[in-house]
Amino acid sequence: MTGTPMADLIVVGGGLHGCSAALHAAKRGLSVIVIEKDNAGRHASGVNAGGVRRLGRNYAEVPISVRSMEIWHRIEDLVDDDCGFQRCPQIKVAETEAELETLAKRAADLRELGFTHEVIVDQQELRRLLPAVAPHCVGGLASLDDGFAIPYNTTFAFQRKARALGVQFFEKTHVENVRRDGKDWHVDTSAGTFKGRNLLNCAGAWAGEIARQLGEHAPIEAIAPMMIVTARMKRFCDAVVGGCGRPLSFKQAENGTVIIGGGRRGYPDPKTNKSEMRFSQLRYSAETAIGIFPIMKSATIVRSWAGIEGRMPDDIPVIGPSSTHENAFHAFGFSAHGFQLGPAVGELMAELIATGHTNAPIAPFSITRFANS
Amino acid sequence: MSATTKNRYDVAIIGAGPAGMAAAVEVTKAGLSAIVLDEQPAPGGQIYRGIETSDEKRTKILGPDYAAGRDIARAFRDSRAEYLPGATVWNIDSALGIDVSLGQGSKHIQAGAIVVATGAIERPTPMPGWTLPGVTTAGALQILLKANGVVSDDVVFVGSGPLLSLIAAQMLKAGVKPRAIVETVPQSRYVAALKHLPAALGAASYLLKGMAMMLSLRRAGVPIYRDATGIRIEGNGKAEAVTFTSGGKSHRLETTSVALHQGIVPNQQVTRLLRCEHEWNKSQHCFVPKVDEYFETTMADVYVAGDGAGIGGAVAARLRGRLAGLRIAEKAGRGNAQERRSVTDALMREAKIRPLLETLYAPSPEILAPADETLVCRCEEVTAGDIRKAVDLGAPGPNQVKSFLRSGMGPCQGRMCGLAVSEIIASRRGEPISEIGYYRIRPPLKPLLLSELAALESEEAVPVDLADESAALH
Ligand SMILES: Cc1cc2nc3c(=O)[nH]c(=O)nc-3n(C[C@H](O)[C@H](O)[C@H](O)COP(=O)(O)OP(=O)(O)OC[C@H]3O[C@@H](n4cnc5c(N)ncnc54)[C@H](O)[C@@H]3O)c2cc1C
Repeated sequence: MTGTPMADLIVVGGGLHGCSAALHAAKRGLSVIVIEKDNAGRHASGVNAGGVRRLGRNYAEVPISVRSMEIWHRIEDLVDDDCGFQRCPQIKVAETEAELETLAKRAADLRELGFTHEVIVDQQELRRLLPAVAPHCVGGLASLDDGFAIPYNTTFAFQRKARALGVQFFEKTHVENVRRDGKDWHVDTSAGTFKGRNLLNCAGAWAGEIARQLGEHAPIEAIAPMMIVTARMKRFCDAVVGGCGRPLSFKQAENGTVIIGGGRRGYPDPKTNKSEMRFSQLRYSAETAIGIFPIMKSATIVRSWAGIEGRMPDDIPVIGPSSTHENAFHAFGFSAHGFQLGPAVGELMAELIATGHTNAPIAPFSITRFANS
Repeated sequence: MSATTKNRYDVAIIGAGPAGMAAAVEVTKAGLSAIVLDEQPAPGGQIYRGIETSDEKRTKILGPDYAAGRDIARAFRDSRAEYLPGATVWNIDSALGIDVSLGQGSKHIQAGAIVVATGAIERPTPMPGWTLPGVTTAGALQILLKANGVVSDDVVFVGSGPLLSLIAAQMLKAGVKPRAIVETVPQSRYVAALKHLPAALGAASYLLKGMAMMLSLRRAGVPIYRDATGIRIEGNGKAEAVTFTSGGKSHRLETTSVALHQGIVPNQQVTRLLRCEHEWNKSQHCFVPKVDEYFETTMADVYVAGDGAGIGGAVAARLRGRLAGLRIAEKAGRGNAQERRSVTDALMREAKIRPLLETLYAPSPEILAPADETLVCRCEEVTAGDIRKAVDLGAPGPNQVKSFLRSGMGPCQGRMCGLAVSEIIASRRGEPISEIGYYRIRPPLKPLLLSELAALESEEAVPVDLADESAALH
């Protein structure tokens, strides 16, 4: 490298969150460098289930998720690519009356908070939305204007758009150490040192180490959610479906393949970038899929995979400024549901970094919540 | 040989071709327990397919090299190795636990060591018209010949490689004369290959066999077109003709049946799944797993024997299987150094013909750089041009191209397009293919029924906190 590359903002991590924050920061006129140890989208952001849902989110996340959904509905305006986004209902299926009651309570709670996107559907309506659903399913909770997108294409589109706006990407470049020197951040990497006015930690499952170097405690755990995909099937499902009593994430892609995941985890090895399947657990996802959609008895699996994701003990991310340093920020630990949040979190981080302020309700996501743990 | 009862073995061998059978014989001779898993209903692998049931007539057609498989299969049957036919290995974990589908459900086998003896596959040959009905591979024709003696008439063979002329000659013997052989070996290759001739003379029997085959074809009046370029398969909904240039003239051969072949390459699915390191073999123009002198991969206790470790042919495959077996026995304290040395020597003699063959039959430049409109991934209908466009957008390697275009995501799991995709990306980016790499291979290795996964014997479910909404729904 000739000379030390410098920028207003250095982003560690080229997942969707890193790319999105970089894109939005560039739109605000900041010069941005993204440093990625592998390739953009190599980890959670490129291999996730692609679920774009507001449905079922932790209440603290709902406002940001709702904002993100607005962006998703016009995603092409932002990144010049449709990201494979399909608008469709997301539905949590209740298999018993007790489950339906739990869901009804949630819908009522949300209405109280002023959000009306989650609605209860009765058995008849469920059958209309999901003709192939098993007869024992009694109803569900639906968010009708959610959807799904293609994860890698999305992250790649964010990267390309960011690049077009002048963001520099350094891939296959590992951030080893971040340190403060005067007003600037010095970021030591496998390809030399970078300098930046601001630092953003979007290092996914690896973000704990960056936080540690900033003197902050972030009890992040690497997990490896598992997915399977089937051979193409005749179209039978036009919604993204989840379970209520047992975990499931289920959708049929446009080409007819069915993508199944939900809750079951393999073995992650973040040090080597590898993750290993655990079929003795994944079998439960297969069982649940067949239980809720009997048609799946005849399905054939053609591929399975697991991605490495960062999970916080309370299953909500860390979003916001560093508690120990000025001009340092975090957005990580999305706990297996950060794909949908990508557009809005990038937007609010850029605002926060560029202006020092955001109106987005990020207090619940402060890293300080772990200070005494 | 007994039926499977247990599920822990000192050695699990995947593939019952010459390498797998030989390894099984060696390790059981040394007193180790072994199980051999193979998809096929009977031992033999590709080369000796159907060997136990082939009648005299068919064995004669297929020749003495095929007949040699009888003794190998017999020795294997006589060994104490357990043999599980009709067994599709669909996953192997890093602790060497193997999931195998038996049609009626899966079984989990725990191995102390694994010999991957899954052999080779035909190199993918993307060219105009290669996906038309009526177009097949030479290898697929040979399988028909071996399995039930049925072969099609009027076949135009297109490509290069020793197998091409072998299969054409076998068909001739079977009484179904090929329509023509369209060879893609450039004239200049013969010159280049000459320098390997002295070494290859040590393996003169191979050369003589090859010449005899070509001679028999020519005598029978099978036209052989040399140095063919610009090859296209034409047809409306099915193959109708092959067009090409040879000897300065354009040709058009009408036929409804075309057999393509550009040599064979290691089947990397298992070694890639296990994340063994692979390297690019320039001479063979393919990826091969890195192995030591005993064919142990970079993953301890995982061996790859036979063509899976780089193309060496049937005799070498058997020797490699023996060597791997002897090494496993040695590690278990039951070595036989003298025998091991004699196998190593024999392997070296066997290797002498390879440089000549590899130079002569290097894949045709045309299939390595298919035109933009040529389909590369047949399952997902991705063209060479699509791949080049993705590279131009910034996709750095096969896995990004796969995510972006779905190439390699179909039922064949990338077997049919993997090498071609790496090749196209490498040349578009101007980077060596060794840097570009290959698809990551994910289980299942072969399509698996969802219901079979659901029925897997298993541990208890790890509890998922359903109050944690994210667990219930991604
Ligand atoms: C199988 C699976 C299914 C999922 N399904 C869904 C879903 O349906 N809907 C949903 O909303 N969410 C889903 N998620 C979660 C979602 O994918 C993630 O929350 C989100 O992608 C996280 O984005 P990220 O940018 O924080 O992390 P990542 O995509 O992991 O990006 C972090 C990047 O930082 C890089 N990095 C780390 N350390 C360093 C360093 N020191 N130097 C340089 N680079 C570094 C990494 O290489 C990585 O590329 C799923 C996740 C998985 C694994």
